[in-house]
Amino acid sequence: MTQRALALGKDLVGLEHLSAEQIQVFLDTAEAFKEISERPIKKVPVLRGKTIVNLFFEPSTRTRISFEFAEKRLSADTVNIATTASSVAKGETLVDTARNLEAMRIDMVVVRHWASGAAKFLAERIRSNVINAGDGAHEHPTQGLLDLLTIRDHRGRVAGLNVCIVGDILHSRVARSNIWGLLKLGANVAVCSPKTLLPPGIADLGVTVLRRIEEAIEWADVLNVLRLQLERMQAGYVPSLREYNRVFGVSKVRLARAQREILILHPGPMNRGVEIDSDVADGPHSMILAQVTNGVAVRMAVLYLLAGGEPEKAEAAKTAEGA
Amino acid sequence: MHDLNRVPIMDERAVLRAVGRMARELVERNAGTDDLIMVGVQRRGSQLAELLVREIEKAEGDRIASGHLDITLYRDDLRAIGPRPVIGTTKLPAGGIDDKAVVIVDDVLYTGRTVRAALNELMDFGRPSRIYLCVLVDRGGRELPIQPDVVGRHVEVMGDQTVEVLVPELDGRLGVDLVTLPKEAA
Repeated sequence: MTQRALALGKDLVGLEHLSAEQIQVFLDTAEAFKEISERPIKKVPVLRGKTIVNLFFEPSTRTRISFEFAEKRLSADTVNIATTASSVAKGETLVDTARNLEAMRIDMVVVRHWASGAAKFLAERIRSNVINAGDGAHEHPTQGLLDLLTIRDHRGRVAGLNVCIVGDILHSRVARSNIWGLLKLGANVAVCSPKTLLPPGIADLGVTVLRRIEEAIEWADVLNVLRLQLERMQAGYVPSLREYNRVFGVSKVRLARAQREILILHPGPMNRGVEIDSDVADGPHSMILAQVTNGVAVRMAVLYLLAGGEPEKAEAAKTAEGA
Repeated sequence: MHDLNRVPIMDERAVLRAVGRMARELVERNAGTDDLIMVGVQRRGSQLAELLVREIEKAEGDRIASGHLDITLYRDDLRAIGPRPVIGTTKLPAGGIDDKAVVIVDDVLYTGRTVRAALNELMDFGRPSRIYLCVLVDRGGRELPIQPDVVGRHVEVMGDQTVEVLVPELDGRLGVDLVTLPKEAA
């Protein structure tokens, strides 16, 4: 009976504290959800009657829309709250906003916030399930999961692969979620970045630091190319975008020297001609649109798995508690 | 599992004989194999659907389209169970099910709730001209007004008993057992 006696908990705050088995459950469930988006009626009734709030304190198009598609395809009712158009703009705190929403009987909150730790802070203070859609420079767990799923889809496995994350590691929650998830699933992880954009002590996480993009290309099976946020230049982290592209840009010419086919991932939105050249972004090994498709399936899986009704009533939960 | 608690009620040959008759009955009811699609309910219904497909193809010489449904997302008891069950795959023939005669194949018919879920899920894929229900074992105990069209065997089941259909792919053999549940689980 116990096909899966793993308790996943109330919230998804990050991948750091998940086990490899828990991550696998999310990925395997996402696998089953892919097919629903290919149906003539792209909808299943599993979250009928659940109310989900997408609470976004930072601009986001892709992640918010991806969550919204996922929610609608599971038949949940959704409300989107963007900070500029709500009481948040009037100075209401995160917890007050969430408690007011709870008073209206919601079930889940998907939160994006500029402050690292905001999702955990919220999760500890409200009854609803909390899903982190990106908190500051901390984690973006659903992006991490969809990157893992995309790699697994195209390489058949994650364990043993060499994956290099290229770009602004310092400010990137995608980098952190990727590092945790990849390491737990047994990949070899490296980062390649200008010194100024490398967090101190990164090697302590168990990742290799590669100084030059050429080294990264020689070593990697997968490159996860991060967006260089244009503000970083104004803040003096890189001298100029052209300079960045010249030294760290992933180009066709550079990839041509690779010993093997390299999968190219990018969480978007891309700066074409800065961190990635157009002919790579649109090239045969680019997984960028596959990532977007997988994003919906991963988010459906997360919503489905966390929304699990009343576990105290279940036989499986009783046995899981004993473990 | 003690042997005392598990009594075989159909062995491989009995199941195959029943499947052979069920296949003939389906073709007869449908007046041929035109537009016939066999859809197994995951997981053991899928294996039985494949057995039926083989029987019908052998007897009629026509290719029979088939697929399988995972009804997890259409269950009516998801609120009360947790941790959430693993979801299997759903795959229907590429030509769709519009205007086809779809046969839902399941191993055991009990409350009828699985069939209700399968019906709802099928309807989200199209509009079949006819849906049949075909089960290997009908053990009674219906909670919904749902009845099978073709049955392998009716089995009387006591309150502390359950029927298990075994298939080679998952259980290593083909057969049907009557299992008496241990006291605390009954």
